[in-house]
Amino acid sequence: MTSTPSLPDAAPATSPDTAPTIALIGHGMVGQRFLEELADRGVTARARVVVLCEETRPAYDRVQLTSYFAGRSADDLSLTDPDFLARHGIELLLGDPATAVDRAARTVTARSGRTVRYDALVLATGSYPFVPPVPGKDSAGCFVYRTLDDLLAIEEYAKNARTGVVVGGGLLGLEAAGALKGLGLRTHIVEFAPRLMALQVDEGGGRALRRTVEEMGLTVHTGVGGKEIVADGAGAVTAMGLSDDSRIDTDLVVFSAGVRPRDQLARDCGLPVGERGGIVIDAQCRTEDPAVYAIGECALAVDGRVYGLVAPGYDMARVAAAELAERLTGTATLADGPAEPAGERPGFTGADLSTKLKLLGVDVASFGDAHGAADGCLDVVYSDARSGVYKKLVIGADGALLGGVLVGDADAYGTLRPLTGTVPPVAPEQLVLPAGLAEGGGAALGPDALPGDAVICSCHNVTKDAIQACATLPEVKQCTKAGTGCGSCVKLIGQLLPQSEDQGLCGCFPHTRAELYEIVRVRRITSYAELLDAYGRQEARGGEGCEICKPAVGSVLASLAPAVGADGYVLGGEQAALQDTNDHFLANLQRNGSYSIVPRIPGGEITPEKLIIIGEVARDFGLYTKITGGQRIDLFGARVDQLPAIWARLVDAGFESGHAYGKALRTVKSCVGETWCRYGVQDSVRMAIDLELRYRGLRAPHKLKSAVSGCARECAEARGKDFGVIATAGGWNLYVGGNGGATPRHADLLAQDLSDAELIRLIDRFLMFYIRTADRLERTSAWLERIEGGLDHVRDVVVHDSLGLCDELEALMAAHVSHYRDEWAETLADPERLGRFVSFVNAPGAPDPSVRFVPERDQVKPDLTLLAGPTLPVRTLEGTSAR
Amino acid sequence: MSLMTTTVSPEATPVPPEAAVDTAAGTATGTATSTSDGTAAALVEIRCPEGDWLPVCTPEDLTPGRGVAALLPDGSQAALFADRAGRPYAIDNRDPFTGAQVLSRGLTGSVDGRPFVASPLLKQRFDLESGGCLDDPSVSVPVYGVRVRSNH
Repeated sequence: MTSTPSLPDAAPATSPDTAPTIALIGHGMVGQRFLEELADRGVTARARVVVLCEETRPAYDRVQLTSYFAGRSADDLSLTDPDFLARHGIELLLGDPATAVDRAARTVTARSGRTVRYDALVLATGSYPFVPPVPGKDSAGCFVYRTLDDLLAIEEYAKNARTGVVVGGGLLGLEAAGALKGLGLRTHIVEFAPRLMALQVDEGGGRALRRTVEEMGLTVHTGVGGKEIVADGAGAVTAMGLSDDSRIDTDLVVFSAGVRPRDQLARDCGLPVGERGGIVIDAQCRTEDPAVYAIGECALAVDGRVYGLVAPGYDMARVAAAELAERLTGTATLADGPAEPAGERPGFTGADLSTKLKLLGVDVASFGDAHGAADGCLDVVYSDARSGVYKKLVIGADGALLGGVLVGDADAYGTLRPLTGTVPPVAPEQLVLPAGLAEGGGAALGPDALPGDAVICSCHNVTKDAIQACATLPEVKQCTKAGTGCGSCVKLIGQLLPQSEDQGLCGCFPHTRAELYEIVRVRRITSYAELLDAYGRQEARGGEGCEICKPAVGSVLASLAPAVGADGYVLGGEQAALQDTNDHFLANLQRNGSYSIVPRIPGGEITPEKLIIIGEVARDFGLYTKITGGQRIDLFGARVDQLPAIWARLVDAGFESGHAYGKALRTVKSCVGETWCRYGVQDSVRMAIDLELRYRGLRAPHKLKSAVSGCARECAEARGKDFGVIATAGGWNLYVGGNGGATPRHADLLAQDLSDAELIRLIDRFLMFYIRTADRLERTSAWLERIEGGLDHVRDVVVHDSLGLCDELEALMAAHVSHYRDEWAETLADPERLGRFVSFVNAPGAPDPSVRFVPERDQVKPDLTLLAGPTLPVRTLEGTSAR
Repeated sequence: MSLMTTTVSPEATPVPPEAAVDTAAGTATGTATSTSDGTAAALVEIRCPEGDWLPVCTPEDLTPGRGVAALLPDGSQAALFADRAGRPYAIDNRDPFTGAQVLSRGLTGSVDGRPFVASPLLKQRFDLESGGCLDDPSVSVPVYGVRVRSNH
């Protein structure tokens, strides 16, 4: 249950005399942020930090809960880097909620009986879902929508349900409705207020939203409440009666009618709470007891509000952490309160309630004074009922923008929200009209119009100036955390960053790899020189090109070869001069100038006879052998002039090139699957072999790896691959964009329960779409993160054919499959090509004397003493493309 | 036997004045012909460290944009290249960053009109005319004189 092995009762592990203890109750989003803020300020190095958490898993992204149903796993939602807690010595006790606080003794007692002494206590207990007192609300089939466990329970119950009712048409209610719809239920929304999202949007916005939601097939009931839940003899829900005496037959009810602060612990220990709940705090987030703080949804801020959004919670976490850091450096003890008046430090006095969400696929945003509460303010409204777009701006008497509501099209949110409180640089109607109608392009009001102190990321309170101090989006995310919260500002951040004027591949071409791909495809260009002289930069035309664009263009030509009529053989004609040495010699160059060889072993399945051949070849040529991570065998230490003889033996025994040297499909790993394994549900080996043989030799922007697992135990590690396949009882699930290596990424679910044919068709499309649009040396994981619209866009294109490209993508793959030839068999049959495999042009028979070996563990290793010289740094190619 | 084309670098290597011709007009590929008995009509020669010219291959053995290695009498190795115009270049084959004899297997390119080769191991670029490393001015590789001689 605990993430740390031991925590002695009432006796802090680190010496209690010197290290003060900070106890945190609650490990939700705000609790985790508080820990990060403590760590950033070095507090974790000086204080012991203990966290009591009721849930059995560490903090996860509750805001993105619904995306769990969209294929993201519980792991994807996690907010806690496993190293983070260990690195900072934070003790996290999972599944052990605090049950009592003794403020006199300064101890917290947990359900397990464990007691933690504290010098400072922080309550981040969050909120609980409000369930209206409807008779029958405890029947089987009634749920709340708050935690990942709630979701799992709903998912399980929904398997035997056809209809679901969501009580509550607010933000969370619509989220829950989206989840039920995603589970295939006929879904009703019951909202007591006269419109959906009554808190955020006005009447007009509510109408537009309702119309769009109803068009999706959901049924909306507004102005009515739940009167009773009707259950059958077994106590399971069968219907819900409404306040207007109508009735909805349903199998499942989800209560999502708001939340209430969890302040019971505070009440029990005598801390003041508000009339309608919420632990009373001051601007420094302190309760009446100077040793006790409260942050997030459980706290009642000085402006008399309880904030249910994550951004204000993060603000409070920052304020409380800054406060504790200050006190640790001061002379007073942690429990005594601040060493100096708090007046100098920024506190938490209230927050902006602006939100931008995508609910059920509809953009909804509201900001500032969305309801026009200020005196003398006027509305500017644009409404297009046909397309479900509604936009309202609230303009003050002095012409300043006070707030607004956007439904159906919230693209302007990013620029409008930071303008709140100022007089916009153009007439307000220009800000809401669609681009085509606006004079001078209302939608064209760009980020340039924003003042430097405009807050761009409201989750992390990051200004335009702070963002513009960075050069790239990753840098912005790392340095300021902007864009890592709800993510709604990422697009705007991109517009604020210096647009690298030159997106060109290298000094030779002003185009990206994807653009060159289109030029080659459309113009049917078959040679590098032709492309360089016609489309290269003026100064590069007629020149030699460079080591960056040559292999990239070589790869494009190879990918498109069957379609444009070029020679697909990588050593053919001019192609020979474009390839890196690995591709040129069809082997992998190693540090002493020798090469390694990887024969293809599809799916990792190999006969004893073939194993023996590999052993004999390695023995006869004195090669070092090692099993690779991709279920193949690598033979090291071949001189370039030995490669043809080695391959003659291998080809003769039925082996072919494994393309370990190419930016191409490497290997499709597999587990043994249902044939042998008692858990397997499909023949994963057969599928891995089929896939490997289909895509072998396919040239891509970067290498491609794949795997097939025969059941959900995932022994083949398919989710760490560019495309991974996992067997289900009903077929195959396809995951894409996974990666191992230095930047691991779990692959995302693209589609599930596919037949063999459906699976192959989707992979065909996916790979060809990647090849067509990725940058040079961009793996699928990075591509999926970069491409606009991300996974959803890729799914639209390859599953729903939103661009009408699928026929073409499939045809390209079909051409690849039918034109495949084994590069080594072709090379061995061509004396001219074989002529290149010499160490010296003037002494074809002579071995290279610098390639020598010495013994190591019964095999050989390079004799590096022959190569001795200064060790000098690696040059990174990535940094040179702009030269 | 007449000297058709001479491309020599570095400057310290003397060029017979009567032999110098316009390199653009007298490219290696442009002058290469074969005799009826199949022997090469032209040869690419490298000036060894001892000063002798060593024939190493025919112009046809050089693929523009690609290199080959030649073994010299003293055991050192040269990397030979030809640009798109067929003009030959020769530098030492040893990559000073790794010690491996691999520069002949790098990809060539040009920047500001000057040809270079990028080491296939750690990708540092070397100017084919001066031997200087473009990515680290403190490093350079030896340059060999190279010429194409016609046999008739």
